[in-house]
Amino acid sequence: MLNFFLLIIIYAGIYALMAIGQNCITGNTGMLSLCHAGFFCIGSYTTAIMCKTFGLPFWFSLPVAAIISGFVGFLIGVPTLRLKGDYLCIATLGLGEIIRNIATNVNPVGMMSVPRAELFGYQFSSRNKFTFILLIWFFVAVAYILFRQLAHSRIGRAMIAVREDEVAAQSNGINVTKYKIGAFILGAGVGGTAGCFATAYTLTVQPSSFTFMVSVMVLCMVVLGGMGNLAGVILGAFIIEFISYFPQLVGLSSVIPAQASQIIYGLVLVVMMICRPQGILGRDKYRYGDPRTFTQKLSARLPGRKKEGV
Amino acid sequence: MSLLKIDSISVRYGAIEALHEVSMTVDEGEIVALIGANGAGKSTLLKAIVNQVPLTTGSISFRDEVITTSARHKKSVPTHLLAKRGIALVPEGRHVFADMTVEENLDMGAFFIKDQDLIARKKEEMYDFFPILGARRKQKTRSLSGGEQQMMAIARALMSSPKLILLDEPGLGLAPLVVQDIFHKIRIINEQDKVTVFLVEQNARMALKNSSKGYCLENGRIVLSDTSSALLENDKVRQAYLGE
Repeated sequence: MLNFFLLIIIYAGIYALMAIGQNCITGNTGMLSLCHAGFFCIGSYTTAIMCKTFGLPFWFSLPVAAIISGFVGFLIGVPTLRLKGDYLCIATLGLGEIIRNIATNVNPVGMMSVPRAELFGYQFSSRNKFTFILLIWFFVAVAYILFRQLAHSRIGRAMIAVREDEVAAQSNGINVTKYKIGAFILGAGVGGTAGCFATAYTLTVQPSSFTFMVSVMVLCMVVLGGMGNLAGVILGAFIIEFISYFPQLVGLSSVIPAQASQIIYGLVLVVMMICRPQGILGRDKYRYGDPRTFTQKLSARLPGRKKEGV
Repeated sequence: MSLLKIDSISVRYGAIEALHEVSMTVDEGEIVALIGANGAGKSTLLKAIVNQVPLTTGSISFRDEVITTSARHKKSVPTHLLAKRGIALVPEGRHVFADMTVEENLDMGAFFIKDQDLIARKKEEMYDFFPILGARRKQKTRSLSGGEQQMMAIARALMSSPKLILLDEPGLGLAPLVVQDIFHKIRIINEQDKVTVFLVEQNARMALKNSSKGYCLENGRIVLSDTSSALLENDKVRQAYLGE
């Protein structure tokens, strides 16, 4: 039972990374994209190929996966730039499926027995879930801090402006193209690193695990937790992961089919849209211009420093 | 010296010619009004100025530099860079950042200004000039009334200290008293801050009363151009636009 909870925490961490990336694209910049499974796929394969085929350490594959999926994000962002709302959604959905289909056609079986991630001689394995939790949630924390800083910066402010009103953003001197593509690159990059951790945990990659349902799940996490709210999307990742393992958790997996979780997602989303459309935590309250950014809060708490007047 | 010079531009949407060889000039310090009915091409003209639609003929220059051209070998200036050059657009229908507060909206208007003191000073200026915005500075913009939102859109455009401000239907959907107030503010901006104003309006009487020069657009062609006071007396204008 404990092991099962730990498993959920690990998967919630992997999906939280994906949701942070999706949040950058959908929550902050307002582009309804549905291809995070594709970025996840690219990250997973990058780690598998680099570690198994080339025998490189896991850590090398992280930045490479981020760069490759960021580049694919760029490739997807450019042609879909003029699309909005449901049109963008359908176009990105198609592009995400293309990535999966390429993977399926190259090798339908996928890759097995990828070497484990290692740090100073210690091997991260699925047998010791606690250390794996530390590993993945360390990276979630890093992504959280980076994206939070980004959201409060000038760049984040411009992204929000693009989400709110493109015409107004442009007439105020904001290069809409630049920020839209930038959001795609960053969001895709983080999505890719999530794939690396998934491979490091399961040590296998199969094309069938990158279906469009993964993208839908990630989008659900963002909508459920609160668009543009980083703490919210991490909470969303937890809730969705918990729901998807619920039948096994209560020991009814033989009675309730696995597909039932999809019905539950749908129900949760419908109920959310009716009762609390802004998501559980709502939109991020802290905005640009709020003096209490993370670093300032930290420095105000450190002893021996004078608090600067706000 | 002409600040904005539009030199026989045409714009096509497929088979339809929305603008046909339109020429006009806006001199420094003027308020120029462009009047016309629905579908005359007013919005298209503004879009052409800010480089949102391609020209089929002609060119537009701002402070003697070409900003938009139909010529293939020359590059037009992208919209977002025009703000830096001193052209501020207040789009039709009050495009405000609804989920941001009034203050954050004004911050966005000064997006490319790096000097924080200047931004703070400009904001105070705006709050003095539009006291209602000062009172609502921490409020989400979506909770503002239509007139307040329009004032906020104008204030936001003024944050970048533009040379030329383009107003697309500033009186659209507002009560007559509010419209009066907004036009009054526009005149003050023009007289005190020396901002040249180019306004596009369906409300011909209001636009001509508050401007120095007027152009009348019909089916994509300029059919009349004169001083605003002369246009107000013009029989054709009186019949077609003033309902007399």
